[in-house]
Amino acid sequence: MAKKPVTVTLNGTERAGFAEPGQNLLDFLRRGLGDLSPKYGCGQGTCGACTVTIDGQTHLSCLVLAEAADGRAVGTAAGLADGARLDPLQDAFMENFAAQCGYCTPGMLVSARALLDRNPRPTRAEIVEAISGNLCRCTGYEPIIAAIEAVAEERTRP
Amino acid sequence: MIEVETFPTLAEAARAMGAGAAYLGGGTVMMRAVNAGDAPARLVRTTDPALTQIRAMGDTLTLGAGVTMAQILAERDLDFLHDVARQIGGPQVRNMGTVGGNIFAPHPYGDFAVALLALGARVAMADGSSARPIEDVLRERDRPSGLIASVEVPRPRPGAFAFRKVSRVRPKGASIMSIAANLPREGGRVRGARLAWGAMGPRPLRGAAVERVLEGQSVDHGDIDRAAQIAAKGLEPPTDPLASSWYRTAVAGVHLKRLLQSMEGR
Ligand SMILES: Cc1cc2nc3c(=O)[nH]c(=O)nc-3n(C[C@H](O)[C@H](O)[C@H](O)COP(=O)(O)OP(=O)(O)OC[C@H]3O[C@@H](n4cnc5c(N)ncnc54)[C@H](O)[C@@H]3O)c2cc1C
Repeated sequence: MAKKPVTVTLNGTERAGFAEPGQNLLDFLRRGLGDLSPKYGCGQGTCGACTVTIDGQTHLSCLVLAEAADGRAVGTAAGLADGARLDPLQDAFMENFAAQCGYCTPGMLVSARALLDRNPRPTRAEIVEAISGNLCRCTGYEPIIAAIEAVAEERTRP
Repeated sequence: MIEVETFPTLAEAARAMGAGAAYLGGGTVMMRAVNAGDAPARLVRTTDPALTQIRAMGDTLTLGAGVTMAQILAERDLDFLHDVARQIGGPQVRNMGTVGGNIFAPHPYGDFAVALLALGARVAMADGSSARPIEDVLRERDRPSGLIASVEVPRPRPGAFAFRKVSRVRPKGASIMSIAANLPREGGRVRGARLAWGAMGPRPLRGAAVERVLEGQSVDHGDIDRAAQIAAKGLEPPTDPLASSWYRTAVAGVHLKRLLQSMEGR
């Protein structure tokens, strides 16, 4: 059973690799392309630590077949910062102590960024809904919600 | 080792199915098995664009089997299904999970199929044979006779349809039960009642006892109480980590009552 060539546009850069038969996108990103930002939590889609965007929509990369992502644009938390300049969400997560152990953080950031990209001024309820597929066992969610709210509010200022 | 075969059309994918093969839709159920190493040896998938189309013809909405929950939420013609699609998983699951996959999703999943069952949807198969009632497809779902191409959903009359999902964790917990009611009226009386339960048996099931109580009635407080009393009659709900069979049976009437009350005066 042959490996399959897979090309994705990862955070804006075209990247190619070979996917093992049945390999999921999370494993392909981490082992094939060396992007370690999406995390393996449960392998069942329950925890959201592996969240990435595919063509702008959030997906659970552990439940996506790597070869099904061929030709598509994949976004991960590693693509949020521009060199040393962090995404405002990353700054806000630091300021609000929104990361404790940090394992859920990349997935949270991807979900939050996807929300703000389509809805720059979300309500608190919309924020809660947007991260409802991402589990955090440290923070109790409040600091994470506060961080996302802080960025949303920043945007509404002139 | 797993072998994945990708076809440009659903018809070709359907022909490639056979012993030891499984179809991969959005993958939110099947990829769990792949990751756990207990998926069938061959996975068949298709990139057929027809599978993700939504079409409206008069009062019949046709959903391609590959239409996702997120697509349903983005389609104004499908407003009556928004309350259902919104309650399936979290945002990522809704971006991935499909209509076709929901019909086969094992207990306690299948909330969308519960709504389709109450709405009297018909299922069209890839072989082009005439569409069949969804109950038939659900009844045979453990030994499926081909791939689903699309689902035809009749638009319910205004105010006739309602859905309720009961879960412990909000907003995205799995169902303790889900209930869908379609109670069209003629001259103020229910004519053609359809009620469907999810997570109350091995698959989404019609609630025949409740339908009999409501048929021909105006659904006043007395009718609602009578329906609630016999809610779980004929059902044998499973026990799982979310709830015991006893608990599901005990609270079925409470949730049915709340659903029917929410429909009053619509
Ligand atoms: C974290 C999480 C939460 C979830 N929450 C819910 C929930 O609240 N409610 C709910 O109902 N479900 C839930 N699910 C289950 C699942 O996401 C949905 O049921 C979804 O609709 C399944 O669709 P899919 O395309 O991903 O299925 P797949 O995994 O692709 O397929 C599932 C089954 O259907 C078969 N199949 C798929 N398409 C076809 C077709 N066209 N023809 C014939 N057979 C087909 C496959 O062969 C497979 O056996 C959840 C899943 C996860 C991971």
